[in-house]
Amino acid sequence: MARNLSARPTRRLALAGATALLAGALAWPAQAQETVKLGLVAAMSGQSAKSGEAIVRGLALAIDEMNAKGGLLGKKVELVVRDDESNPAKGVVAARELVQREKVAAFFGGLDTPVSIAIVPFANQSKVPFVGVWAAGTPITKNGAADNYVFRVSAVDELVDVALVDYAVKKYGAKKPGMILINNPWGESNEKGLKDALAAKGIPFAGVEKFETNDVDVVPQLTRLKQAGADVLFLVANVAPSAQVVKSLDRMGWPVPIVSHWGPAGGRFGELAGASADKVHFIQTFSFSGNPSPKAAAALAALKAKYPEIKSLADVTPAVGIANAYDAAHLVGLAIAKAGSTDGTKVRDALYAIDSYDGLIKTYKTPFSKENHDALASSDYIFTYFKGDEILPLGN
Amino acid sequence: MLLISSIISGLGLGSMYGLIALGFHVTWVVSSTVNFAQGSAMMLGAVLGYTFAVKYGWPLLPAVAMALALCALFGLVIERMLVRPFVDRGSGAWLMATVAGGIVLDNAVLFTFGKEPRSFPSVLATKPIEIFGAGVYPLQLVIPVVGLGIAVLLHVALRKTRRGKALLAVVQNPDAARLMGIDVRRTVAAAFMLSTALAGLAGLLIAPLFSVSSEMGTLFGIKAFAVAILGGIGSAWGVMLAGLIYGLTEALVTAYLGSTYTQIVVFSVVILALALMPNGLLGHAAVSKV
Repeated sequence: MARNLSARPTRRLALAGATALLAGALAWPAQAQETVKLGLVAAMSGQSAKSGEAIVRGLALAIDEMNAKGGLLGKKVELVVRDDESNPAKGVVAARELVQREKVAAFFGGLDTPVSIAIVPFANQSKVPFVGVWAAGTPITKNGAADNYVFRVSAVDELVDVALVDYAVKKYGAKKPGMILINNPWGESNEKGLKDALAAKGIPFAGVEKFETNDVDVVPQLTRLKQAGADVLFLVANVAPSAQVVKSLDRMGWPVPIVSHWGPAGGRFGELAGASADKVHFIQTFSFSGNPSPKAAAALAALKAKYPEIKSLADVTPAVGIANAYDAAHLVGLAIAKAGSTDGTKVRDALYAIDSYDGLIKTYKTPFSKENHDALASSDYIFTYFKGDEILPLGN
Repeated sequence: MLLISSIISGLGLGSMYGLIALGFHVTWVVSSTVNFAQGSAMMLGAVLGYTFAVKYGWPLLPAVAMALALCALFGLVIERMLVRPFVDRGSGAWLMATVAGGIVLDNAVLFTFGKEPRSFPSVLATKPIEIFGAGVYPLQLVIPVVGLGIAVLLHVALRKTRRGKALLAVVQNPDAARLMGIDVRRTVAAAFMLSTALAGLAGLLIAPLFSVSSEMGTLFGIKAFAVAILGGIGSAWGVMLAGLIYGLTEALVTAYLGSTYTQIVVFSVVILALALMPNGLLGHAAVSKV
C-alpha cells in the first residue's frame, strides 16, 4: 500500500518531465533556425567583469553592423552571453550549453587563460570554432590537437615576450634586464617566454624575482635585482600588484625603465601607481587614443551612440577587448558567409580561406591558416602608457 | 640597505598584525570568544576611510573618526547577532557565524564599493625619506609607533581606570562580577567594539601603502590570528611582540630567500614555536577550575 502511494506521484512526475523534454526538443530546433547564434563565454561578474563588458560591446557593435547589412545566410545574427565567473569548470559548462543547447555557429572566449585552456578540448571535440579575443596563453591556440578548432584575435604570450625584449633593447639599450613577475601560472609562462626571447638574442639577465598579489612591499625583491645590476625591468602582473612594484621603486628612488605585459591596462593604474605610473611602458593590440584611422573614429562614435555611459576615452579603457572582439566577430561573420552554412567544420575551413579583411586593428591578409591560428603577430603590438585615466600610445 | 629596509617594513607590517591580533586578545580575555571577521573589519576601516576622505572629500580627522565609529558598530553587530545568541545557548557555532559574517561583509562591499582596487593617498606616503640609505615613507615609521602606543594605552587603561578594572573583573569571574554590579554583557559588547575598531585602525594605516579593495583584509585576518596564538592570546604584550616577530621574519625571509618561500617558512616557524611553547610566547596555560 505504502509502495503504491509513493509510486504514483513519481510516475506522474516522470510523465510531466517527459512531456516537458518533448516540448523542449520540439521547440529548440524551430527557434535555432530563426537566427544565426554566436556565443561568448567570459567573466561577466567578479574582479574581471570589466573585461567581459568590453568584449560584449565589441561583439555587439560588429553584430549590429552585420544585421544592418541583412545578417548572415539571410538570417539575423544573435549574441548569446554566458558568465564563466573566471572559473574554468563553469566555463566548460557554459561552452557545453552554448554548443549543445543554443547550437551556436561559433563562440568567443574571455580574459582568463585557465578558462580558455579548459574549453579547448571541448571545442575541438565538438568541432565548433572557438575564437579567443583576450586571453594570451600560448597553448590556447597551440594546443597540439590534430584537428584544431581554436583561433585567436589577441596577443600571444610567447610573441609578447619577444616584443618586450625587442622594445627594451631598442628603446633603452638593455644589456642585463631583470624580471619581476607575479607568482602564478601567468608569471611562470612569461618567465619561460622571456628567458627564451633573451637567449635568442644572446642577452644575459640579472635575475628573476616573484611576488604575490597581496604583497604590500616589493622593495626586497627589487633591491635584489638592483644589486644584481638590472638595467631594465620586465613586469608581468595584474593592475594592483603592478602598482605595488611602481610604489616600491619610488620609495627606493631607483629610476629603472619598466617594460610591461598588458596587466596595468586592466584597471585604474594611473590612480593606483601615482605620479610614476607613466614610467611603465606596456603592450596593447589597439588604442583609440592617437589613432588616425577613420575606422577607429567611426567605431568610437558608434560605441558612444549605442552606450551613452561612454563619455570619454577613459571609459573605453582598455580598448583591446573591444577591438579584438570587434575584428574577431567580423572575421567569423565573413567565414560563415563564405561557408554558406553554420556547420562547424565548414566555418573552420572558411576561416582559413579569408584572404583579406579591413579591420579595426589592421587590414588582415590571410589571417588564419592550418599552421597559424593567431590573427595578430608581434608587429601588430603597440606600446602605450597611462596618462591619468587614459591609455596613450608611445611612438615606436 | 636591504637589511635596513626589510627591518623597517617588517616592523611596520608586524605592528599591523599586532593591532588586529590585539582585537582577538581583547575579546578572548573577557568572553573566551573571538571575532573571525577581524580581517573584514580591517578592510571596512580602509574602505570607509576612502569613502569619506577621498570620495566625499571630508577632512581627514572626521573621516577617520567616523570610519572607526562605524567599525566599532560592526563589532557590536557581530557580538549581538553572531556571538551572543550562540554563547547563550552554550553553542560553539559563533566560530562559524563570525567567519560567515566576514564573508557577507566582504561581498556586500564588493557590490557597493566596486570591483576595482582604489588608491587612498596620504601626505605621509608621498615623499620617501632616507634612513641609512634605505627609502622609507614617514607613514612606515608612524605605524609601529601607533601600534606600540596602543598596546601601552590598553595596558594602562585596563589597570588604572574603573572600566578597565571592571573588564578585568569580568575576565576573572563573570558571575562574581555580575554580583558586584558590573554589567557583564555591556563589557563584552565593549570589548568586541574595541576589537573591530583596532582592526579598522590597522586598515586605515596600511591603506596608503597598499590599495583599497574588498578582499584586502582576508590574508591579514588569517596572519593576525596566527600572531594572536603565537603570542599567547591572553597576553597583550605577547600578542604585540609576536606581531613584530612575525612581520620581521616575513620581511627577512622575503629579502634573503625570495617571496616564493615566505609563507612556507613563516608558517613553519609558527608551528615549530607552538610545538615548543604550546601557550604562546607570553601566554599561560589555562587552569580550569571546577
